[in-house]
Amino acid sequence: MPLIEISNVSKVYKIGDIEVNALSGVSIDIGRGEFASVMGPSGSGKSTFMNIIGCLDKPTSGTYMLEGTDVGGLGRDELAAIRNSKLGFVFQGFNLLPRTSALENVELPLIYGGVQAKERSERAMAALKKVGLGGRERHHPNQLSGGQQQRVAIARALVNEAPIILADEPTGNLDTKTSVEIMELFTRLNAESGITIILVTHEPDIAAFSKRVLRFLDGQLKADEANA
Amino acid sequence: MINIPWTGRLAFRALRVNKMRSALTMLGIIIGVGAVITMLAVGTGASRQIAAQVQSMGSNLLIILPGSTTSGGLRMGAGTQPTLTMADADAILRESPAVADVAPVLSGSAQVVYGNQNWSTVITGTTPSMINVRDWQIASGRSFTPDDVKNALKVCILGQTVIDNLFGDADPVGKTVNIMNVPFTVIGALAPKGQSTMGQDQDDTIYVPVTTAQKKLFGTPFPGMVRIILVKAKSADELNNAQSDITGILRQRHHIGPKQDDDFTVRNLTQMMQMAEQSTKIMTLLLGAIASVSLLVGGIGIMNIMLVSVTERTREIGIRMAIGAKTWDIRLQFIIEALILSMLGGIAGIILGVGGSKVLSAIAGWPVAVSPLSIFLAVGFSAAVGIFFGFYPAYKASLLNPIDALRYE
Repeated sequence: MPLIEISNVSKVYKIGDIEVNALSGVSIDIGRGEFASVMGPSGSGKSTFMNIIGCLDKPTSGTYMLEGTDVGGLGRDELAAIRNSKLGFVFQGFNLLPRTSALENVELPLIYGGVQAKERSERAMAALKKVGLGGRERHHPNQLSGGQQQRVAIARALVNEAPIILADEPTGNLDTKTSVEIMELFTRLNAESGITIILVTHEPDIAAFSKRVLRFLDGQLKADEANA
Repeated sequence: MINIPWTGRLAFRALRVNKMRSALTMLGIIIGVGAVITMLAVGTGASRQIAAQVQSMGSNLLIILPGSTTSGGLRMGAGTQPTLTMADADAILRESPAVADVAPVLSGSAQVVYGNQNWSTVITGTTPSMINVRDWQIASGRSFTPDDVKNALKVCILGQTVIDNLFGDADPVGKTVNIMNVPFTVIGALAPKGQSTMGQDQDDTIYVPVTTAQKKLFGTPFPGMVRIILVKAKSADELNNAQSDITGILRQRHHIGPKQDDDFTVRNLTQMMQMAEQSTKIMTLLLGAIASVSLLVGGIGIMNIMLVSVTERTREIGIRMAIGAKTWDIRLQFIIEALILSMLGGIAGIILGVGGSKVLSAIAGWPVAVSPLSIFLAVGFSAAVGIFFGFYPAYKASLLNPIDALRYE
């Protein structure tokens, strides 16, 4: 059973009287331990695709099975629980809570997951160490560089031991050198921990780190290529 | 599973970020709670004072005043026509089953001299019943005896104010004072009663036997005349019976025909006082209600700031939702924040209210009484305000779409 099974998923937005087909009839399976990148120009539907995989949005039609569960029929709080336990998010703009230490940012998913305080801080510390930020746990986001902030965000995505990390242009705000470091981190997490990584990017250099490339255009999956 | 202590810490942190804003928002609640407590304290103080005065006047008290006289077409008002007598008083006590005791009174102002001190006061000529009717206590010495009255002896009982002015700290019992140049032996001292409802000093008086007042001090147009008669009913329930009995007895005794008006007036002072007490209670409620309006306004201030806060933190809410915060995680975060604002404001408001009541009582001299109930009420109310006005912003926050919230700039 594949980790992610998407069959014939469409998403239609209504803006006033106009209907916009953000996704039309996309079907794809993504297996455990894959490292896929999603590419396409803006408006191609890749963000909608990511939102649906991330359980932040629901398809208008078609089915999305995540680890064998049909996500389409779930309510708000059930989706929140799935996001908490099965998905980790990494954003272009880092999206860390301001005025909150790195440790507390990483602890956040554990708090919503109901983990006790002691275990929480142990696991958060371990996650920070894993991304190479041991010793920075007391720093606040504004005391960290962009690369370090993105590492905190990755630690936050890791901490709940979610099988999937969704990264939306994770290197978009970083310089080339830092981008490479972040991509190497993703590669290592994928190789060592078997975490499934799906990332959106514009840049072929970044996509080159992944093993599979999905190309979107006009709401359709145009190409599904394996990387050498 | 919702982690309350953690949510509380989160709320404190959020409130600390905007210290000035949080303080100003709290100010609304502080003023509201302070106003409620102060106003209730003023109202409660006033009604307690009146209750004490009702108590001091003597319970279940009726006052009979003589009727008005008409002189050349001019009607002179109640009490101007001397119509009441000692015999009327005796008849009322004898004939009405609702009456516990009566005290006829003939009073007037006079200068009192002791040694080189002198003082103008009210001389109240009455009978031993007076002590009972007015619920007086004798502080030292003794009260009148029926023999004192029968023989019109020159004995007197002094009120505390008179003692203070003539004797200072010395014991007056056994001394002799001159009232209108007539020597009287002091046989007792009255326990202090304080002010009456109308603000009169009830202790500024001297009691003498009514017969002595009639014969030795004031003189009367006819024998046995008294100015007023005080009547004590057997119980509060008997007051109305006593009143109609008295009217019947006196109409008969004064030979008043069916079509003629009474030549006397019976006043139910207890009832009047109870009405006054009732009206202060209503005033207390009114003051409290008006003060509650400011608490309401404070609550709206909290809602306003919480709405601003939700909008400002849309992105944060989006992050939390993406990471797995459920509806009630988000709601509680904002409700607890509003609750903390209102409770801290409430506590500060209690301090302000209690302090304000003390200051008011010191400056204006009003009797104030901060009741524990009003504090309890204020705390409960401010918590309710926090939850009530915090709920809508929290509800709004919890309904945000995580995708839109994450994109919010």
